[in-house]
Amino acid sequence: MNYKMMGRFIGKILLVEAVFMVPAMLISLCLREIQACRGFMLSLGVILVIALALLGISRGSRKGFRAREGLVCVGGSWIVMSLLGALPFYLSREIPSYLDALFETVSGFTTTGASILPEVEHLSKGILYWRSFTHWLGGMGVLVFVLAIGSTGGKNTGFTMHILRAESPGPKVGKLVPKMKKTAEILYLMYILLTILNIVFLLIGRMPLFDAVCTAFGTAGTGGFGIKNDSIAGYSPYIQNVCTVFMLLFGVNFSCYYMLLIRQVGSVLRDEELRLYLGVVAGSILLICYNLRGVYATVEELVRHVAFQVASIVTTTGFATTDFDQWPGFSKAILLGLMVIGASAGSTGGGFKCARVLLILKSLRRNVRQILSPQKVQVVRINGRMVEESVLENTNAYLSAYVIILFFSFIVVSIDRFSLMTNFTAVLSCFNNIGPGLEAVGPVCNYGAFSGLSKLVLIADMLAGRLEIFPILILFSRSTWLRH
Amino acid sequence: MKIIIAGNGKVGMMLTRQLSTEGYDLTLIDANQKVLESSEEKYDVMSVQGNCASMEVLEQAGVREARLLIAVTNADEVNLLCCMTAHGMNPDIHTIARIRNPEYTDQIYKMRELFALSLAVNPERRAAIEIERLLKYPGFLKRDTFAKGRVEIVELRVDAGHKLCNVALNDLTSVVKCQILVCAVLRNGKAIAPDGRFVLSEGDRIFVTAPTDTLTTLLKQLGVITHKAKRVIICGGGRVSYYLAQMLLKNGVSVQIIERDYERCRHMATLLPNASVVHGDASREFLLEDEGISDCDALVTLTGVDELNMIISLYGSNCGVPQVITKLGRLENNTMLDSLDLGSIVSPKELCCNTIVRFVRAMKNQTGAALAVHLIADGQMEAVEFLVDEDTKYCGKPLKELKMKKNVLIVCISNGTRFQIPNGDSCFRKGDTVIVVSGAGKVIYQLNDIFEN
Repeated sequence: MNYKMMGRFIGKILLVEAVFMVPAMLISLCLREIQACRGFMLSLGVILVIALALLGISRGSRKGFRAREGLVCVGGSWIVMSLLGALPFYLSREIPSYLDALFETVSGFTTTGASILPEVEHLSKGILYWRSFTHWLGGMGVLVFVLAIGSTGGKNTGFTMHILRAESPGPKVGKLVPKMKKTAEILYLMYILLTILNIVFLLIGRMPLFDAVCTAFGTAGTGGFGIKNDSIAGYSPYIQNVCTVFMLLFGVNFSCYYMLLIRQVGSVLRDEELRLYLGVVAGSILLICYNLRGVYATVEELVRHVAFQVASIVTTTGFATTDFDQWPGFSKAILLGLMVIGASAGSTGGGFKCARVLLILKSLRRNVRQILSPQKVQVVRINGRMVEESVLENTNAYLSAYVIILFFSFIVVSIDRFSLMTNFTAVLSCFNNIGPGLEAVGPVCNYGAFSGLSKLVLIADMLAGRLEIFPILILFSRSTWLRH
Repeated sequence: MKIIIAGNGKVGMMLTRQLSTEGYDLTLIDANQKVLESSEEKYDVMSVQGNCASMEVLEQAGVREARLLIAVTNADEVNLLCCMTAHGMNPDIHTIARIRNPEYTDQIYKMRELFALSLAVNPERRAAIEIERLLKYPGFLKRDTFAKGRVEIVELRVDAGHKLCNVALNDLTSVVKCQILVCAVLRNGKAIAPDGRFVLSEGDRIFVTAPTDTLTTLLKQLGVITHKAKRVIICGGGRVSYYLAQMLLKNGVSVQIIERDYERCRHMATLLPNASVVHGDASREFLLEDEGISDCDALVTLTGVDELNMIISLYGSNCGVPQVITKLGRLENNTMLDSLDLGSIVSPKELCCNTIVRFVRAMKNQTGAALAVHLIADGQMEAVEFLVDEDTKYCGKPLKELKMKKNVLIVCISNGTRFQIPNGDSCFRKGDTVIVVSGAGKVIYQLNDIFEN
């Protein structure tokens, strides 16, 4: 294991984290929020000391990673980054328990948006900004950011592929252009542009600047931390619709946007995953609207709320404009389904990913046909191109790991005396990086009441969900740490 | 600069390594997904799986924005078709094809014109030329030419009891009585750029710069008896053997070819009426004895199996054959081979790669491009030849006043007729060519790159 190189990488990531903490501190400073400001300064000090120490001892490291080291590095970075990112909440005393602060931070970085806070509006602005910003940074991935700004240098720079694969969601991660640095730059550029566009549209709807920026961060990362107790419900219908559209946009595979940039509109329109994603959204909206007919006063209101909730759940954002826990069973069942499916691969969203659903469905169809005509040789195709058997195997393995982790987390969380639905949707929601669940963790409730153990399990679930299980799972495998 | 490499085999892989280190945007095409994946994990490159001659695949690989396409799949026809298709899709693209079938050799220039190829590389022919040059001067393990063939960097092995053993480089001139410069030493698999106090010891492989006409003197002074090979045994009847035999026969050298496959033997016998082609297994000692291995001048092992070549070469060295040349196709790391007495090692893959890399660099900067590039010391160092032009800095300044980068050495300055192994007082002028040796990983694109800023 190349510990030095990993130390170097984590050091760089902490530096990035520190730099991004400065704007939050400045906001606190300008608004004279003394407690918050103290918290940020102390945290910055701690992070900088650790980062510089790591960079100091890891000087002259051998360049290069193997697959295992890439995975461990990504898992480790996220854990360290979360542990230290929680410090401002804790040191400013705005979240008195460190475990709660950690839960909030992990929920932020993993773009879950599950909160332990009953009263969000009591937080100071600086802290609120940092809380929302963790979504933005976690959405596209902080390691990808380091790849974009840093010079990886060295002779065999291919190792960065392991990092991109581990941090970017989806069954098959590839580069957009031959150079990794350029790929990461393009991804972040598109991300930043879309975010700015989102802010502008929100500002047109007369949303205050601070609210617009924080909401856009929450939308861009498909996170879902609101800065109001009632999430987005208090804003105008225009703003709600803007949020719906942008949530859906951030749930699309970013390589589609790159294709649009290089004017390959045709291949975007034919993209099977995009079609599935949009189909699922449209179908769910129609079904829920039919189920809820008559509940809301006007059709406009009905469609607006339903579209918002569907977009929020399928992209795993977790904003809410209405308490969907009050909806009838059929609507809730569809939302549960959407929770699992999640957004597209290569987007900022979480969940099982449309691409995987597509792969599973197609391989299932193939297996059924295989039974009918055993001699027939059949290949699974996506977008007309053959899918390697290894990709199918990995997807099936991912499904198994997904179900097993879901099940065991559910068992542990059930120790707390909540209802079955609460426990199940809490785990499902955290693991898929959504935020709200149903019943006691519904859109108007929070996770504060869970026990410490449950919170730890949910934290692990959020990380595993965001990094797609294996980078976290590998940290617990004995053979990872054995010398070969 | 965007480059597409079609075919990710031995040569493709080596090119990928070299060109990605130099910072080009590489896209690989291959039919085999596994190979592509392993390349993607090792180097900063992108890959497309599929047939490289298909328009759809080329489109995906971004042929329209690419400046260069290198086709090095295992089939000549596919390489050609790939280059032609690419050229049709993007008329500005440069194309390089590997063409190795002997039947195409004579028409290669015509083909370049017809198919608008920028370069056609034939690794086997290049290897044969290399071997033929080595056979002219037994005693050198490798020869790389510069200045239109008038200056060379040759590789020598310092064995126990060798005249150069335990000689400090400062005293070298008095021992060999001619102007030479040791520009690199390979000791225990590591390349060293030596200074004057460096003392040579047993087992070192040294890289010597010298004008070609002093090579004979050098060999004489070193006590190596040089008489040109008159009788050569070639094991293996592949493409390299064919080219080599053809060249040797033209020079009046008698050639024996040993090949295991009967049909291949017949084929060779038809193509080369003056050679004696023997059907048999070269790894059998008695066959080699029968063919007179003990009194031949040189043994060249060119079968398709590296291990077999090594074994036969070892046997040849053991029998006291004066010059042994071994072809290796696969082995990347030669450190292990140092301890074996395999004679000169020739790798067609490496030769092919060098040619292509030289072309790529010349494309990158039209002016001030390298005239010749050779990898020396197992690829750990690089010798590059440049022309001094009006843009070159420090013309006419003595070398001792210049600040050069670490591990960079000017090993020869020539002005067409006169060759100078430089010392501190030498200087270069416009119109001269200089040969620069540098540690690999530090790429010298232009002459001005060698100076410290």
